[in-house]
Amino acid sequence: MDEFNVYLTGVGGQGIGLLSEILIRAADRTGFHVISVDTHGLAQRGGIVISQLRMGDSVFSPLIPAGCADLVVALERHEALRGMQAFLKDRGALVYYDAVWQPLDVRLKKASEVGKETIAELCQSRGIREIRVDWPSLPDARMQNIVILGTLDAYRLIPGIDTAYYEGAMQDLMTEKMLEGNLSLFRNVSARLKDKPK
Amino acid sequence: MKRLGEQLLTEESFSEIMMGNHALVRAMVEAGTRVVASYPGSPTPEIAEAITAIAAKKRPFYFEFSTNEKVATEIAYGAAVNGHLSTAFFKSVGLNVASDTFVQLSLMNLVGGMVLILGDDPGANSSQNEQDNRHYARMSYTPVLEPASPAEAYRFYKEAAALAVKHHMPVILRLTTHVCHAKERISFAAWKPMPWDRTPRFDKKKGPYIPLTAEVFPMKRRALQRLDAVEAEGNDSPLNTLIDNGDKSRGILTAGLPFLSVMEVTKHLTQKPDILKLGTIHPLPRKRILDFLRDHQEVKVVEELDDIIEKEIKSLAFDRRLQTRIIGKTDREEWIGEYTADKVFSVLKKTWPDLFPDIEKGSRKEVHIPSRPPQMCPGCGHRSAFFAIKKALQKTDITVADIGCHTLGFLPPYEVGDLLMCMGASTAIGSGMALFNDTRKVVAFLGDSTFFHAGLPGIINAVFNRHNITLIIMENGTTAMTGHQDHPGVGRNVNQPTDRIPVRSLLEGIGVKHIFEADTYLQDKLTDMVKQALAVDGLSVVIARHPCMLKFNREQRKKPGYQTRRVDIDKNICRRIYDCVAIFGCPTFTRMKDGSVEVNPDLCIGDGSCIQTCPAKAISPVKERP
Repeated sequence: MDEFNVYLTGVGGQGIGLLSEILIRAADRTGFHVISVDTHGLAQRGGIVISQLRMGDSVFSPLIPAGCADLVVALERHEALRGMQAFLKDRGALVYYDAVWQPLDVRLKKASEVGKETIAELCQSRGIREIRVDWPSLPDARMQNIVILGTLDAYRLIPGIDTAYYEGAMQDLMTEKMLEGNLSLFRNVSARLKDKPK
Repeated sequence: MKRLGEQLLTEESFSEIMMGNHALVRAMVEAGTRVVASYPGSPTPEIAEAITAIAAKKRPFYFEFSTNEKVATEIAYGAAVNGHLSTAFFKSVGLNVASDTFVQLSLMNLVGGMVLILGDDPGANSSQNEQDNRHYARMSYTPVLEPASPAEAYRFYKEAAALAVKHHMPVILRLTTHVCHAKERISFAAWKPMPWDRTPRFDKKKGPYIPLTAEVFPMKRRALQRLDAVEAEGNDSPLNTLIDNGDKSRGILTAGLPFLSVMEVTKHLTQKPDILKLGTIHPLPRKRILDFLRDHQEVKVVEELDDIIEKEIKSLAFDRRLQTRIIGKTDREEWIGEYTADKVFSVLKKTWPDLFPDIEKGSRKEVHIPSRPPQMCPGCGHRSAFFAIKKALQKTDITVADIGCHTLGFLPPYEVGDLLMCMGASTAIGSGMALFNDTRKVVAFLGDSTFFHAGLPGIINAVFNRHNITLIIMENGTTAMTGHQDHPGVGRNVNQPTDRIPVRSLLEGIGVKHIFEADTYLQDKLTDMVKQALAVDGLSVVIARHPCMLKFNREQRKKPGYQTRRVDIDKNICRRIYDCVAIFGCPTFTRMKDGSVEVNPDLCIGDGSCIQTCPAKAISPVKERP
């Protein structure tokens, strides 16, 4: 493979770190060259957290150039749009968990919340495949990242990554109850979405 | 998969996906580093994260978080003159704190050698500036190696250690944020544990170690001679690499992460310029560079931040009367920001417009998205503090912020914090602002880790010189912003329990006469305390205390039987005053389209500090559900 870029985004505290760690380990199992980089430090305090994953033989910098992501994965609605506008290629794919953590100006009533309709419209105008995810029965909001992971698997959104690679990466990083809970959620999400393809 | 701590001590060679900061620790282990000291600061704390992933008993070196970067450097220096290979690591601006000691190091005979790992921050991702620490290297005659990737960070540390040991000198390993934090698969060499050498090898005869009068010149001469020796090695060093694309006309000279950006933006060109990637960036390998200059008609220097390499090679070319056209920075924008692929594209396109096609910019519809500045966490004691303190302040009063999570108080809705400089500066800046000032009260803020780091001299000065200000110490019991490292006020260091140094006792010992204390969740009490403190003629200190709730909540969640807690708003009682969302400003509160306010259950931790802020008393804890 020449190049495949995944831009992950969300708000500090949503579990982007674990998601990105699973993804790089799953991607590494494909045998392709893989590099990634995460946001650390100050921005994690309720600010935007970004992780970038790049696969392929002709990938050098860990940072994705603007407008060059093949896939944008977001854990929050505003960040989905922000990531998509700055990084996603036309006709790329956007997967986002439809959680809303209102940005400061929305809470101060200086700006309005981004609606899911806005994102849908923009995706349509640019030929972007939009996958909006919501899993109402989730016991813990910190598992939204695993719902996203199941979605990536169900629709085969990252080339070369098989289900076994995702699961292997999860087994690498988690143990016991945490692994059990996340793995079963992952399988559940993946199976249910496979049953009703978009 | 093995846990990180076990991986780092694996005796056989292995390969693993690892962040640059973590890979450095394997390099320390392999190099036989014996003493490591640090003060936390982004982009370097994950080095300590990897160190502490190794159980203290198994760790093949001593590690500590020192009270500040200068102390960390002195610990490493002391260990090095005693014969141990040592390392200090910290963020870019940490070197400013350490500099008084650091600039002397190259004069000394560091018997065991010393590597200084600097996390520079082009792009100011998590720093108050993007200072280029290569200037310090020139000033202090200290060699610098600069890796571009995690694999190189691992390899270059070992090279830096070898140089430091061989020449008994300090060597800087200069990292930048996205080298520290990038991850890739790295092949690690085998490692054999070495027995601890407990012989203190300090010997005055290996000195002099007192750089005074007549001794200074020979010491400086030796430092310069070492630099020459390092340059000679650099000319043949595999750390400097030529990417030969067969272009005799155009060449690019670069180093560090910008090299990867150059590779990225030139990868699709049919005729790629040759690239000389430097790994030894001070002293520059002049012979190697001269060869490259002679081989090309034009050479562009792609150099992040300041024009240090550019200046040096231009003077070199002048001395050697080279005809090569050397293109450095062409405008001030090239001095600013991180050299990402996008940035390097714009830099190179200005240099060689013919090489790079115009990017067609379609008239794409863009939607404005409200920005998302970092916030204090739900339940943060600082939020309660700012909410309460603001009630005691006049609009004209001046608030001086310091470094830490509480810096975020400068943002709306609190807007407490009119100025910010660096670690521990607030008290003295505030003292200066209180001079010739009878009308505007001056209030300085300080975090507790910063209090111990560099805050004390300013407070002692305020006592000593009788300054008239109020200092509010925001005590949350940890170094929160960088990931909850312990500090001297905690009663525990990175290795073991230790004697706690209470902030209050220290203040009393210094001679502060007016000390007020309140838990920040007791908002009315805190408001009252601050009012009293402001009424004092002279120095007054308020200790506004509440444990970091991010840390506290994480610890609670791990306990058996933990139950999630949260608050709720009773819509029948809510009068839509919006104090909770717009003045108290906890990110948990969410404005609904119908004008009501709801609690975001994903965010709320149920701390209840908001309950007292609601004039209508509509907020209450949710009753525990089975």
